[in-house]
Amino acid sequence: MTAGPTWVKSERQQERERFRRSQGRRNASIATASVVVFVVLLATIATNAPGWTRVQAAFFNAEVFRESLPDVAEGFLLNIKIFLITEPLVLVVGLLVALARNVKSPAFLPIRALATLYVDVFRGVPTLLVIYLVGFGLPALRLQGIPSDPATLGIIALTLSYGAYVAEVFRAGIDSVHPSQMAAARSLGLSQAKAMRFVVLPQATRTVVPPLLNDFISLQKDTALVATIGALEALRQAQIHTLDNFNYTPYLVAALLFILLTIPMARFTDHLAERTRRRRGA
Amino acid sequence: MSLLSIEGVWKHFGDHSVLRGVDLEVHAHEVVTLIGASGSGKSTLLRCANLLETVDDGVIRLDGEEITDPRVDVDGVRKQLGIVFQAYNLFPHMTVLANITLAPRQVHGVPKERAEEEARDLLSRFGLADKAGAYPDQLSGGQQQRVAVVRALATRPKLILLDEVTSALDPELVREVLGIIRELKESGMTMLLTTHEMSFCREISDTVCFLDGGVLLEKGPPEQLFDDPHHERTRAFLQGVRESGRL
Ligand SMILES: Nc1ncnc2c1ncn2[C@@H]1O[C@H](COP(=O)(O)OP(=O)(O)O)[C@@H](O)[C@H]1O
Ligand SMILES: [Mg+2]
Repeated sequence: MTAGPTWVKSERQQERERFRRSQGRRNASIATASVVVFVVLLATIATNAPGWTRVQAAFFNAEVFRESLPDVAEGFLLNIKIFLITEPLVLVVGLLVALARNVKSPAFLPIRALATLYVDVFRGVPTLLVIYLVGFGLPALRLQGIPSDPATLGIIALTLSYGAYVAEVFRAGIDSVHPSQMAAARSLGLSQAKAMRFVVLPQATRTVVPPLLNDFISLQKDTALVATIGALEALRQAQIHTLDNFNYTPYLVAALLFILLTIPMARFTDHLAERTRRRRGA
Repeated sequence: MSLLSIEGVWKHFGDHSVLRGVDLEVHAHEVVTLIGASGSGKSTLLRCANLLETVDDGVIRLDGEEITDPRVDVDGVRKQLGIVFQAYNLFPHMTVLANITLAPRQVHGVPKERAEEEARDLLSRFGLADKAGAYPDQLSGGQQQRVAVVRALATRPKLILLDEVTSALDPELVREVLGIIRELKESGMTMLLTTHEMSFCREISDTVCFLDGGVLLEKGPPEQLFDDPHHERTRAFLQGVRESGRL
């Protein structure tokens, strides 16, 4: 303990805190009331609009919802599986390609050129087109050892497509680390590769996480594109049920599942971005 | 034989000649200081000695080995040199201890326990014992710069290059950094440094060199250079320094 005056909270400070608390309560009540009014208003307008019964029958049919949910949910498990396998593959491909574009040694010129070509091509071609090319084109070659399972082919196609994006994200992250860091590492005697591994990459990774998560949210959605080559995932299951019932509720079921998956990821991205901002501001 | 010998070194950036035939010797256990106006080429000379810049002509030898030979093992040369920059350049994602042990472990193959033990010894020697677990942004500028010096020392270099290590610091922090340079001199470390702190330069240097527009105009013991400079331009530079109250 250091000697000196001891603090007794003054009357003025107590009054300030009482005021702040009451203001906090007031703000919370206003927010709640405003949300309730808004939702009631929106529901009233929607249900009274002409054609609401038709919308309800086509999109919000409770019976079709119950009936299609198990199949669509089962299909959705395949989406999750595709996503969980593709994600680490994309990270590896993206990082390797970004590093390959960064090597300066002349012996690696062909590798650098190849990496550049890969990024140029796969960022330019629509993901759906890559899925068609891989999903229909590869099996048509009838080569030994080429998988025929649409989910596997979809994983390959998505990895090729997203690998190119993620490579660019990594490259931007590497470029964002100030050159003086590389100079400091090299002047300690670290080789180019070790300086990259211990000094540049760890710092690049931090700036890269938010945009990376953004790409992953996009990847989660794009797993539905694999439906086009016949994988029985959520969208495909919803399509089957829609055709059976002439009702669009199954699509709504699939949409709901995708949203339920992306919302936590989106909030997590926000949280990380906020944390980075706070750190910078500090 | 001198530890570092610089002979007729030229360096151009575009058509601007930044170093113009510089000759300089640093003997073992000697402290050599470069002074001169901003832009006179002091940093560039240190960066050439550390192979962060490639010379355009001339020879630099370290312990007799020509390090300006393009066939030289660059990492091998840098293993023998320590450099501390004006802007510290600590690695922000590593603790103080990790900053210091990185090169001993990854470049010199020192086992983790021993590297950390030696790092802690150095830290306590420079009054930083309680900072081993801190991250650079939790330290004051003076503390960061002292850590940067310790990091350069941890690989047991033959020679340390110090580039204006105090000019980014608040006046009251300058003293603590100068203190450790003084201690290094007492321990016999060979140093080549640049500084704007003229009274410190005078106190610590065995040899002072005045660089003027990339030319090493004159060199000598501090008493001679400060009190009885041969060249008019040296006199003018020192006069300017005196008027700004730094001598
Ligand atoms: N990488 C570079 N490219 C172009 N010019 C440079 C570079 N580095 C230094 N210079 C120029 O070289 C001159 C000497 O710089 P420097 O060695 O930093 O001087 P000092 O350290 O004495 O202030 C300055 O005119 C500076 O602008
Ligand atoms: Mg300088």
